[in-house]
Amino acid sequence: MTTTLTSHRSRPPAQPSTLKAKRLPAYASPAIAVAALLVAAALVLGTGVGGPVLVVVVGALLYLAGLFAAATRVEGRRSARDRAWSALIHSAFVLAVLPLASVVWTLVSKGVERLDGNFFGTSMNNIGARDPQGGAYHAIVGTLQQVGIATLITVPLGILCAIYIVEYGRGRFAFTIRFFVDVMTGIPSIVSGLFILAFWVLIVSPVFNDGRPGFSGFAAALALAVLMLPTVVRSTEEMLRLVPAPLREGAYALGVAKWKTILRVVLPTALPGIVTGVMLAVARAAGETAPVLLVAGGGAAINFNPFENNQSSLALYVYQQAGDASKYAPARAWTAALTLVALVLILTIAAKLLARRNRLSR
Amino acid sequence: MAKRVDATNVTAYYGGFKAIEDINLTVEPKTVTALIGPSGCGKSTFLRSINRMHEVLPGARVEGSLTIDGQNIYDRDVDVTAVRRTIGMVFQRPNPFPTMSIFDNVVAGLRLNGVKRKSVLAETAEKALRSANLWDEVKDRLAKPGAGLSGGQQQRLCIARTIAVEPQVVLMDEPCSALDPISTLAIEDLMFQLKDKFTIIIVTHNMQQAARVSDRTAFFSIEKTGDPGRLIEYDNTQKIFSNPAQKKTEDYITGRFG
Ligand SMILES: Nc1ncnc2c1ncn2[C@@H]1O[C@H](COP(=O)(O)OP(=O)(O)OP(=O)(O)O)[C@@H](O)[C@H]1O
Ligand SMILES: [Mg+2]
Repeated sequence: MTTTLTSHRSRPPAQPSTLKAKRLPAYASPAIAVAALLVAAALVLGTGVGGPVLVVVVGALLYLAGLFAAATRVEGRRSARDRAWSALIHSAFVLAVLPLASVVWTLVSKGVERLDGNFFGTSMNNIGARDPQGGAYHAIVGTLQQVGIATLITVPLGILCAIYIVEYGRGRFAFTIRFFVDVMTGIPSIVSGLFILAFWVLIVSPVFNDGRPGFSGFAAALALAVLMLPTVVRSTEEMLRLVPAPLREGAYALGVAKWKTILRVVLPTALPGIVTGVMLAVARAAGETAPVLLVAGGGAAINFNPFENNQSSLALYVYQQAGDASKYAPARAWTAALTLVALVLILTIAAKLLARRNRLSR
Repeated sequence: MAKRVDATNVTAYYGGFKAIEDINLTVEPKTVTALIGPSGCGKSTFLRSINRMHEVLPGARVEGSLTIDGQNIYDRDVDVTAVRRTIGMVFQRPNPFPTMSIFDNVVAGLRLNGVKRKSVLAETAEKALRSANLWDEVKDRLAKPGAGLSGGQQQRLCIARTIAVEPQVVLMDEPCSALDPISTLAIEDLMFQLKDKFTIIIVTHNMQQAARVSDRTAFFSIEKTGDPGRLIEYDNTQKIFSNPAQKKTEDYITGRFG
């Protein structure tokens, strides 16, 4: 009997005689968490080395260690490791969400102060340092027009470019285009702004403008388009590559021409992903300050014409109000920031709903 | 309607790799021809070169001549889309268009080629679905997505989609390999009916299926890996399965291959 047992040691473990295993009771995990926090509080606050943040950190570490030890004793090593990993992953998730929640909370709590009709109905024209009034109407108009024009330029260009790369591009030329799109992804926004300033504002537009430099919302849109293009191209490219080859072949086998297959079969299949990529680009562009400052110049008054004279944008407005000496400015900056986030959120949701309506309901 | 297919010295490459060599074979109109042979011997490659689907892959090309009622489909002035409309194809895995409803899937070939009249589309859809034995199962859910059907229904949907453009030759590459026996039977029945109108060429690994559905059988094989596939024997199905001329064919059919 003893001999057989020892000889089994070196072999793979025998089949378990029962499928049941000892489990930690359900209250164990919260109990360990509370105990860990208490111990951590006593340690940290008692010795006076740190504040509540350190208590949470030490408490989390103690909790992980305690859970691992308890699980090892009751459930065995494998299950203990499983618990430790899942606890780690959960804490990583919490760590990732905490800053986000904190940002949203700060934005909302500070932004509600000026969330009124006046803010959305007036500009900063003739608003002095002592005026509590003043709003972001002009900035909202600017953001919508600039991002709108940039999107109108980028989406067709980016999607066509991606289609070329994926479906038609062979050899050196396509490779070169891909390479430059990759390089463009890394262009800092200030560089794109400078490029448009030098190229469009100071050289091209004076030709139509009696020799005066043409600062305008359109110039800002061009700068934003330079920033959006690589994002749109790359994400569309990835989505087109994900469309399975048998789908294309299915259409070819029906005698459908290649361009029509792309237009009617490949693009609709990839549409939800493409929309996501475009919205990422839109969100990035809506938040850019530097290029707008450089080539649209900002401005306090409402300007509905994106092709002439200065325009502002929400991001630029936030930047200017945050640095303004007036005691009413910070509240305006917060509300404008909240407006910007809400705007991007609404646009994203609307775009996704539209894309989904095009697909069939499952 | 149905047409004769004539392959003369067809050789196909994937880049530098020669996958099939010197295939000579004639398929009579309104017959079912089965292509059998071990895996990798080039059945799919040959089938795909019959409707010029082979060249879709980068670097793939075909030599030799393939004629449909005397017209070489590899001539320079031939329109590829016209060839593919004349010679339809059903794939191994059902591939309905995921963004389209059942109805839209069936009429995709017509609609994407410019047919717009609602009445024509509706009529064709019903006719094609009836011929594919699918009408009764889907007539109440034509607006539902095609991808929501079962595998066997999806495959019949793809067959309906193919015959909706009224091709003259239908190529099928292992159309039943992903299907259960009942769906398989349904599709075999379908082939019997379609034979009245179309010329059918089918690749199959299932000997019984080849014996059941086909009039003539072509046996392909390779010497060893890396060699091009060749046509070993081509004859009436009965002859191939009862008294093949070649030793290789007999070995393969009786399961003594390799
Ligand atoms: N896309 C491809 N690129 C390169 N070689 C390929 C490609 N497709 C097939 N081949 C090669 O061509 C030869 C014939 O392949 P094919 O798919 O025609 O065989 P098959 O007879 O249909 O096999 P199966 O019964 O497994 O489907 C094989 O050696 C295969 O490796
Ligand atoms: Mg095959």
